[in-house]
Amino acid sequence: MRKLSVNIAGVELKNPVMTASGTFGSGLEYQEFVDLSKLGAVVTKGVANVPWPGNPTPRIAETASGMLNAIGLQNPGIEVFLKRDVPALKQQQAKICVNVCGRTTEDYCEVVERLAAEPVDLLEINISCPNVKEGGIAFGQNPAAVEAITKEVKKYARQPVIMKLSPNVTDITETARAAEAGGADALSLINTLTGMKIDIHKRCFALANKTGGLSGSAIKPVAVRMVYQVAHAVKLPIIGMGGICTGEDAIEFLMAGATAVSVGTASFRDPTATLQVLEGIEQYMERYGVEDIAELIGCVE
Amino acid sequence: MKITGKANIIEMTELCAGIYSMWIEAPALVEQAIAGQFVALYCEDASRMLPRPISICELDQKKGWLRLVFRVAGAGTEEFSRLTAGDKIELMGPLGNGFSLEDGEPLLIGGGIGIPPMLELAKALYQKRGKKGKAVLGYRDNTTFLAEEFAPYAEVFLASDDGSVGTKGTVLDAIWKQGLLADILYACGPTPMLRGIQAYAAKQKLPAQISLEERMACGIGACLACVCQSTQTDAHTHVKNKRICKDGPVFYAEEVEL
Repeated sequence: MRKLSVNIAGVELKNPVMTASGTFGSGLEYQEFVDLSKLGAVVTKGVANVPWPGNPTPRIAETASGMLNAIGLQNPGIEVFLKRDVPALKQQQAKICVNVCGRTTEDYCEVVERLAAEPVDLLEINISCPNVKEGGIAFGQNPAAVEAITKEVKKYARQPVIMKLSPNVTDITETARAAEAGGADALSLINTLTGMKIDIHKRCFALANKTGGLSGSAIKPVAVRMVYQVAHAVKLPIIGMGGICTGEDAIEFLMAGATAVSVGTASFRDPTATLQVLEGIEQYMERYGVEDIAELIGCVE
Repeated sequence: MKITGKANIIEMTELCAGIYSMWIEAPALVEQAIAGQFVALYCEDASRMLPRPISICELDQKKGWLRLVFRVAGAGTEEFSRLTAGDKIELMGPLGNGFSLEDGEPLLIGGGIGIPPMLELAKALYQKRGKKGKAVLGYRDNTTFLAEEFAPYAEVFLASDDGSVGTKGTVLDAIWKQGLLADILYACGPTPMLRGIQAYAAKQKLPAQISLEERMACGIGACLACVCQSTQTDAHTHVKNKRICKDGPVFYAEEVEL
């Protein structure tokens, strides 16, 4: 029996395949395609302290091997989320990682505090959404701000705290070190890369928000590079993401130093993409006689 | 239960410049599908990561076939247009809510590439009521498509922007000039047309079911890309953003702000 389980800050995941926040709804939207209990963890769409209506449409545009999105973190807020989504996810026997978003430090802390007594396994703090003016990216690009918000969130958190880092920085190891200094238990990277598309026929921006976050296969090499850099800069476990569509893609991230991976945009192309990635990882291990997935983590120096 | 997988293309024809008709064998999907729903078509070329939402034009329950009529609007639909009978295509569906068949004299209104979903609706209403309703179809010019296929199920009126066929002007111009009366409106077409129908329905105090479109990613209500402004609080986020892919694409005119 090959060992696929990994450990993120004391939380045992049966395999390293998670979902990337924002691409999988609360998880429940995908349950007719994916047995959620088979995943390492379900990472929910960002949840704030109150409902957020998100940005105007059009909110997405396809690009070469990827897409731009500027959803703007539309979410029902923690109240509805706790009442409706957490119990349903629990019933599916999914490991739950809640992605938390906010406009101010207090917003984040309020949500984290509300989650303290809930049957939630991990918290992922979104300080890197490029599509909301306040909060999100404002925290994620400045190392001092990253350290400060990590410290504050840690005061209220009962579950391990994963800080989600932005790639829209000159040196991602600076924000990674800042999160570590602030007491983060793990890091996830990368969030989307800020991009723009212009509709030349209509002479306007493709997105109502003008800019959006680039995701999909197109960003994978950037993400692998950043995971590798951060893995060498901090001691924290890393959840790697950015364009993972296959088991081979996931193996690259593990070899670069990620302990787990998240599958995002690929779920739009194939709603069972998470399970395909898991199967691909198993096939790789079989092919190369890898007994324990830990052998692969950071194996390329 | 949504069906996913590869399906056989039975027939592929170009109806007029840039408008294609594709019959697909998908019995499990067809069995569950109704007029006004749509399917997601996936490109073979993996550099195009998002599915294309295409409305259902016809359902053949006996054969388990599905007909899609689409316009080539970009690289994805261009790829589909090159497929031929015998090829396979990856799809998911049925998606969305579809039209509700109501009692009363129906007026079906289709504009441009919003015409295809009205054909299955015309059939379904004809089968339910045992008599023809009315359909008004709007085109840019005399390159019409599908119009004659409505004839067995509806009395057909045409409108064209340049006046080359039917009433010169919009579908609303045709409704006024032809004096078309009805108890219930069903419409699909470009947003300015739907806005006109919405205002017309409000003024005439008629119920109207309108089918909306927006760029989509997941197609199943998860990504929140394809929302529209709604007049009432939505069930998902509890704001006023209904998901076109899941709560729609068909809404009552008073439910949405266009």
